Amino acid sequence: MDPMEAIKQTYFQECDELLLAMEEGLIAMETGEADSETINAVFRAVHSIKGGGGAFGFEILVGFSHVFETAMDLVRSGKLDPTPDVVKVLLRAGDKLSDHVAAARNGTGAAVDDAEVKAELAKLTGEEPEDAGAPAPAEFEGLAFAPVMIDIGDEEPVAPPCPVWHVRFGPHAALYAKANEPYLLIRELGMLGPIEVTADLSKLPELSALEPEQAYFSWDVVVRDCPDRTKVEEVFEFVSGDCDLEITEETPEPAAAPAMISAPGLPSLDDDEPAAMPAAEAQPEEKKVATPTETKATTVDVIKQTIRVDLDKVDRLVNLVGELVITQAMLSQRILDSVQQGQTVSAGLGELEHLLRELQEAVMAIRTQPVKSVFQRMPRLVRETAAQTGKEVRLEIEGEATEVDKTVIERLGEPLTHMIRNAVDHGLETPEERVAAGKPAEGTVKLSAEHRGGRIVIEVADDGRGINRTKVRQKAIERGLITPNSNLSDEEIDNLIFLPGFSTATTVSNISGRGVGLDVVRRNIMDLGGRITIGSNTGKGSKFSLTLPLTLAVLDGMIVAVGEQTFVLPLSHIIESLLPKSSDVKAFGSNGMLLNVRGVYVPLVSVGRLLRVPGASYDLQNSVVILVESEGVGRMALAVDAIVGQRQVVIKSFESNIGHIDGIAAATILGDGRVALILDIDGLVAGCREGTGGRPTEYQQALGA
Amino acid sequence: MGKTILTVDDSRTMRDMLRLALSGAGHTVIQADDGVHGVEVLEKAGVVDVIITDINMPRMDGYGFIEHVRRGSANKMTPILVLTTESEPAKKMRARDAGATGWIVKPFDPEKLLAAIRRVSP
Repeated sequence: MDPMEAIKQTYFQECDELLLAMEEGLIAMETGEADSETINAVFRAVHSIKGGGGAFGFEILVGFSHVFETAMDLVRSGKLDPTPDVVKVLLRAGDKLSDHVAAARNGTGAAVDDAEVKAELAKLTGEEPEDAGAPAPAEFEGLAFAPVMIDIGDEEPVAPPCPVWHVRFGPHAALYAKANEPYLLIRELGMLGPIEVTADLSKLPELSALEPEQAYFSWDVVVRDCPDRTKVEEVFEFVSGDCDLEITEETPEPAAAPAMISAPGLPSLDDDEPAAMPAAEAQPEEKKVATPTETKATTVDVIKQTIRVDLDKVDRLVNLVGELVITQAMLSQRILDSVQQGQTVSAGLGELEHLLRELQEAVMAIRTQPVKSVFQRMPRLVRETAAQTGKEVRLEIEGEATEVDKTVIERLGEPLTHMIRNAVDHGLETPEERVAAGKPAEGTVKLSAEHRGGRIVIEVADDGRGINRTKVRQKAIERGLITPNSNLSDEEIDNLIFLPGFSTATTVSNISGRGVGLDVVRRNIMDLGGRITIGSNTGKGSKFSLTLPLTLAVLDGMIVAVGEQTFVLPLSHIIESLLPKSSDVKAFGSNGMLLNVRGVYVPLVSVGRLLRVPGASYDLQNSVVILVESEGVGRMALAVDAIVGQRQVVIKSFESNIGHIDGIAAATILGDGRVALILDIDGLVAGCREGTGGRPTEYQQALGA
Repeated sequence: MGKTILTVDDSRTMRDMLRLALSGAGHTVIQADDGVHGVEVLEKAGVVDVIITDINMPRMDGYGFIEHVRRGSANKMTPILVLTTESEPAKKMRARDAGATGWIVKPFDPEKLLAAIRRVSP
């Protein structure tokens, strides 16, 4: 790849991080928790986005970030008080900046409508928006050197005789202290044209009086064949103020008298000259600005060292470790099969297994990331949705440090967006309705994440009106999703909203609508091996719960034998295994069975019969029953021939090759090299309930899978 | 001849661009993410030929970094170029007061960058 293209990608990655940091900082400012370092970080974020944007020629982006940066500069220097109103403008500016970055990234050049925000920012800074892009306040102009690239090659002089420049250059001690070197400057002059150099050593004192860090020499340089005065001036750009400098022009025409012209670009030939004053004035102010940063810097926590690893490399590593696990299992199987006396061998194997497992966990950990990166996008979403719906919303975020596999993170954004929009748009009432209901006008949406039982659970809870069950039920009947006499629990009614084509809003708003229904969200989540449910408390609010596996690469499974086949049951779904007494098994319906588990009847299904496995035992008396639970749907008892063991298995998805198979989640390779199918418990439970209840199929499929 | 150049910038984009431009010209590039890191890196690296530093950085900004280097490190006499933008003349002056040798205006093209280095380092 073109190196600049690669850097551009880095730039956009960095922009993402900077935008997050900026948003985080602005939100801290909003809640009044921001210290000066936080404000500085926001400034730096905007500054860096602008800087990189300039390098790639994103002029619109640079123009906007300049105005934003100016405002942030005032805030960090204490000239602009970050009142709630000011922060509100800054937050909106942050959103716009994010849009600008997105527009630059897509390369569409799609215009971001930033005029309004820009005007508000300009109001804060007191700058005219039109002038916002102007490089420098006028009083500094004397110090800002003209932009360098004036290509004299393009503009052939109309053959006036080339002037000769007489440069008188006397460095001060300060020039040397800043590591400038007269020799290099003279060499630079030599690159402009032929030069004659004369050193003036007259000021050199006796050796005894010589101060080693003082400056005693000066030089006279005659430069020929250089038509451009600015080129000569430019050579001394870095040292103006630290030397005596005179540049005089001598036109070789005999008539013209040598004229002494002071260099406009070099105002401070003498420190006492008034031209140097703006600089002197500017300094104390700048110092004041930066002091808090410096004192603060020592107390800031050391930034965590991070590495960036190409995901492909990590994936290869993960895959490799997976293979290693398989090899280990195979070895272990062979040894157990063939060697009875292999005590020490198996101890060694145990160790190997232990180490491998640790290695695997460590490698998987490389891929995990805090959900923060996704959560951080939500405050903006809430702000925008609230503004569009005229609601007052406060977003509380909890557990954003919870880590989960990168692939899961990447696919979390869309469902979360949907859940949050839904909570604000449908869940919360308008401020008036809330006040009438005796609630605070401002509604609360709480977004939280935590690890629970090897899975990540993300919840979006609002304190709104809750689900109107009568309305939902009625709607479901209208749409033919349930029959009028269906007997549904409250929970089941709530979850009807996930059915395809279901929408309770009488008019589909463009907020939650967006063409994607909750059914699609739910399907996407189920594709990730997760599930989503909603719970509701009338008048008090509703809560979306989303659970996902932490990783999509390995799982702890129970290996079971059914006939000639071996299957894997995800351990996370297993509650217990038991040997049923024949008196506990009851026939139900035409060919259904129920198992009495300590007084509770659970559907009982023979895996062998369900999947038509050759050689499976149909005799329940000789079967082992494994009680499994599908989250939110219910329990089921699975009869298998025997339990083989418990093992971590590497998931080999076959959906890309074979497609989806009901009741089967994926496959794995066992120690003996055979392929075993991993059962999809959720799908089995749903399929099983289909056989026992009398409800429409669509509903069953929607609840399960 | 290749020089050893330390760049100090908190922006990965800028670090990458500096590395590309400098190593393309045959220089050896070492990099640091902020002033504190820069000081650490210099302690290990010893005397370098040129230092290029950004101004706005977390933990220790460019001014603090330059002052630290000038105050008596092994690199006391090493040329230091600051990265600045055209809109920040006051920053140039302040960086000079801290002891900066010169400056590079962002966004820079590699030629300008190399010219600035040539002007401060043999």
